[in-house]
Amino acid sequence: MADFLLELRSEEIPARMQDKARDDLARLFAAELAKSGLHTDAIVTFATPRRLALIARDLPLATAAVSEETKGPKTSAPPQALEGFLRKTGLTREQLVERDGVFFAVVERAGRATAEVLAEAIPAVIRAFPWPKSMRWGAASLSTESIRWVRPLQGIVALFDEGIVPCEMAGVTSGAQTVGHRFHHPGVITIGSASDYVEKLHACHVIVDQDERRQIIALGATMAARKAGLELVRDEGLLTENAGLTEWPVPLLGRFDEAFLAVPPEVIQLTARVNQKYFVCRDMSGNLANAFVCTANIDAVDGGEKIVEGNQKVLAARLSDAKFFYETDLKVPLADQAAKLDRIVFHEKLGTVADKVERVAKLAEWLASEGIVPSCDPALARRAAELCKADLVTGMVGEFPELQGLMGGYYAAAQGEPAAVAEAIRDHYKPVGQGDDVPTAPLTVAVSLADKLDSVAQFFAAGLKPSGSKDPFALRRAALGIAALVLTNKLRMPLYAATITAIGSLPDAGSTEILDFLIDRLKVQQREAGVRHDLIDAVFALGGEDDLVRLLARVHALQAFVGTEDGANLLAGYKRAANILKKEGFAGSDVATDYTLEPAEAALVAALDAAEPASADAVAREDFEAAMAALAMLRAPIDTFFESVIVNDPDPAKRTARLALLARVRGAVHGVADFSRIEG
Amino acid sequence: MAASHPSAETPTQAPAGPLSFQRMILTLHDYWSAHGCLILQPYDMEMGAGTFHPATTLRALGPDPWNAAFVQPCRRPTDGRYGENPNRLQHYYQYQVILKPSPSDLQELYLGSLAAIGIDFTRHDIRFVEDDWESPTLGAWGLGWEVWCDGMEVTQFTYFQQMGGYDCKPVAGELTYGLERLALYLQNKDSVYDLAFNDAGVSYGDVFLENEREMSKWNFEVADTERLFDLFRKATAECENCLEAKLPIPAYEQAIKASHVFNLLQARGVISVAERQAYMGRVRDLAKGACAAYMEKNADGWQARFPGWAA
Repeated sequence: MADFLLELRSEEIPARMQDKARDDLARLFAAELAKSGLHTDAIVTFATPRRLALIARDLPLATAAVSEETKGPKTSAPPQALEGFLRKTGLTREQLVERDGVFFAVVERAGRATAEVLAEAIPAVIRAFPWPKSMRWGAASLSTESIRWVRPLQGIVALFDEGIVPCEMAGVTSGAQTVGHRFHHPGVITIGSASDYVEKLHACHVIVDQDERRQIIALGATMAARKAGLELVRDEGLLTENAGLTEWPVPLLGRFDEAFLAVPPEVIQLTARVNQKYFVCRDMSGNLANAFVCTANIDAVDGGEKIVEGNQKVLAARLSDAKFFYETDLKVPLADQAAKLDRIVFHEKLGTVADKVERVAKLAEWLASEGIVPSCDPALARRAAELCKADLVTGMVGEFPELQGLMGGYYAAAQGEPAAVAEAIRDHYKPVGQGDDVPTAPLTVAVSLADKLDSVAQFFAAGLKPSGSKDPFALRRAALGIAALVLTNKLRMPLYAATITAIGSLPDAGSTEILDFLIDRLKVQQREAGVRHDLIDAVFALGGEDDLVRLLARVHALQAFVGTEDGANLLAGYKRAANILKKEGFAGSDVATDYTLEPAEAALVAALDAAEPASADAVAREDFEAAMAALAMLRAPIDTFFESVIVNDPDPAKRTARLALLARVRGAVHGVADFSRIEG
Repeated sequence: MAASHPSAETPTQAPAGPLSFQRMILTLHDYWSAHGCLILQPYDMEMGAGTFHPATTLRALGPDPWNAAFVQPCRRPTDGRYGENPNRLQHYYQYQVILKPSPSDLQELYLGSLAAIGIDFTRHDIRFVEDDWESPTLGAWGLGWEVWCDGMEVTQFTYFQQMGGYDCKPVAGELTYGLERLALYLQNKDSVYDLAFNDAGVSYGDVFLENEREMSKWNFEVADTERLFDLFRKATAECENCLEAKLPIPAYEQAIKASHVFNLLQARGVISVAERQAYMGRVRDLAKGACAAYMEKNADGWQARFPGWAA
């Protein structure tokens, strides 16, 4: 048994690709070994900006000998079959083995030195490596056949036990030598074996283990902040990114001018994080502090003084840009900005953003004046909607598109708009995904809902529907947002009427399509809450139900009911009745009976007489539990009916009357939900 | 720590302290000259980036080795700030190095140039941060990094993969230094206008401040848009004329001219969002056409010198 070390050194590997590259390396390597019958459970991988490494422990020194047997024709088969088999295997008749009347070709393969297998595996892994983006380089790139790698490949360390595994790739020959930290130890270092790799590199200022670098940054940044009396704002993504940008991470705290704190904190955090990969800090009262933590890749001789100075300067330049945008934007009333939206095309078929804003304003106003969004002033809803996209033409959002909405909210508040209007502008994109906060302030709900309804209805009406994995206008997300807004706020919105208002035309086939799409999204959204999609179908299939709140209340009651013994049995009885009706093709209605009812028959009639009005009354009151309870009254009489009454009576009058009774049962159940849609 | 990097030949009688703007350029010239580069002069046309210089764009095509370094003034009319912003200018300088094929020690060569202009790697944090480059106008893309010095981007480092829609065979390495940024850094100044241009008291502002004021005013407010539209039409027509005559270099010049006129029209705010794509597409087609003509014109010679080479 021996350990194998592979290091693929290259010019700086993008941080975001390193984690997946480690997984790919382990996977491809294991697959290559498996081809020769070698297996190991002990593969560890490392990634730094400049190297991708793998250590496989406890590999045997040679692969086992294998004997491969190929089944041939029967000994009784015609000679042509045998000739064909001999040609195929390249053997002679004498070399075949006979067993149970069948020829077998047996090829003995001797075991191979593992080092030899490894020497073939390394180039194969490199060639097959699935980098998300790869490149050619150097003199060899005279041909496009030259090897591709994420950045130029600079070195290969391949050691099996203490011996070099010889191989060559892209003009790089494997060896035992690598380099240390780019600046602390640029010279060559020689690795002895897998067992001293990590330590030797550490001695040369390279921490190969990405998790260790991550911890160093997390701890160092936290301590740096604490030393300044501040608290670090944790950011897991930044930790990973900085670990992927350094081989010897040294977190350093820097400051910026307090005057920049006049800029909204989100802006400061965003520019620090996205542009500079800095952490930000909070003071003890939880406010953003005028400090940041950058992660250097060297242990500077002056303790990082110059590095901090330089980084402070860069951040100051960025923040003064942001401050400039902020102050400039503040001077222009949002209404003036909104006037410029007619220069931006929303979609070639749907006009400009100004057109969209006008539609949203109309719709928001309608949602308020119809009382669909309660306690919402229609005039304010219109005002908020008219301004909600105005920040798209501000300097700040031009620079940082992620801040759309948020900046509009800041500008509106600063320019004296009512607080509710500013809040509606700020949050009208919410909820952005499942798990995002769902607005509850009436004005915000009206604008957000109007924005999303407009998008879904307009794109559908223009024939731009999502299909398969393609949803370029994020309509599925918009639909989920609509469902979340309606349900969270218990809005009693007739969805059908709302979509027609949103399309702005008379109903056509398109509007039912939109309704189906929205119900479909509702199912997806409710799946997480454990609501059965077939029950949603069962209620929706009744038709005319486009009030999501009522629909879902009914679904909840239904789900609780079908979970009870009564519910399950009623469902079974319903299905039996429905099957008989279907088989008999019965379409008749209630018929008068002039024969003496059997007791079970009479009992069912009596139960229906009681249950029908009780359930209808409960549905009208939207007391769906009571409706279910009324249906439950039918369960025992139906069971008894099927046990003791023969539907298919020879007397046609009795038969017809009993079929009609079953139709009545079906009708009564359908008063609550279409049970035929329920699975199981 | 930096001992392993190649060092520049130090000019005699260098004054103490940080390099002035012109001495920084001269040092880079010396450095790259010593490393086998032709030292070219700026191209005498307005362009948005050093990559547009034919010594980069056209010479990146084909198999012939090519090593050159030069300063290229860049014009970005929309970046003008009337001389009021300390970092943004409508006219500034890039230092371009192009090495084809890309040498295997390109990163070390580059770091050597930073050391030559006075960056001390024991005190400063140099990082190679992923930044892929793409120029739709030139039908070009490459992979590489932006190089950070203490968090500031000082150089764009790219391995060209395609130019004019053609695979680079072989790949060229391109370094684009932001000269003003580097100088701000070396001289520890906050405003570009305060930079020492030479060692005798002339500042960058003395040379360029009035230029920025007047050019910003012209770019944004004065330039006659009818004449600019006319210029655009004429340049594109002339480019077609050159292409028909199978003259790729003049054709490419007209494409550059059209590109700059388009940038001026942008600064004047007379091109709508919808039209913008169409104009850019027009320039791209001209530039790609020039590259295609260049490829065609040189193919025989290249194939003779590099048997087996094909576009």
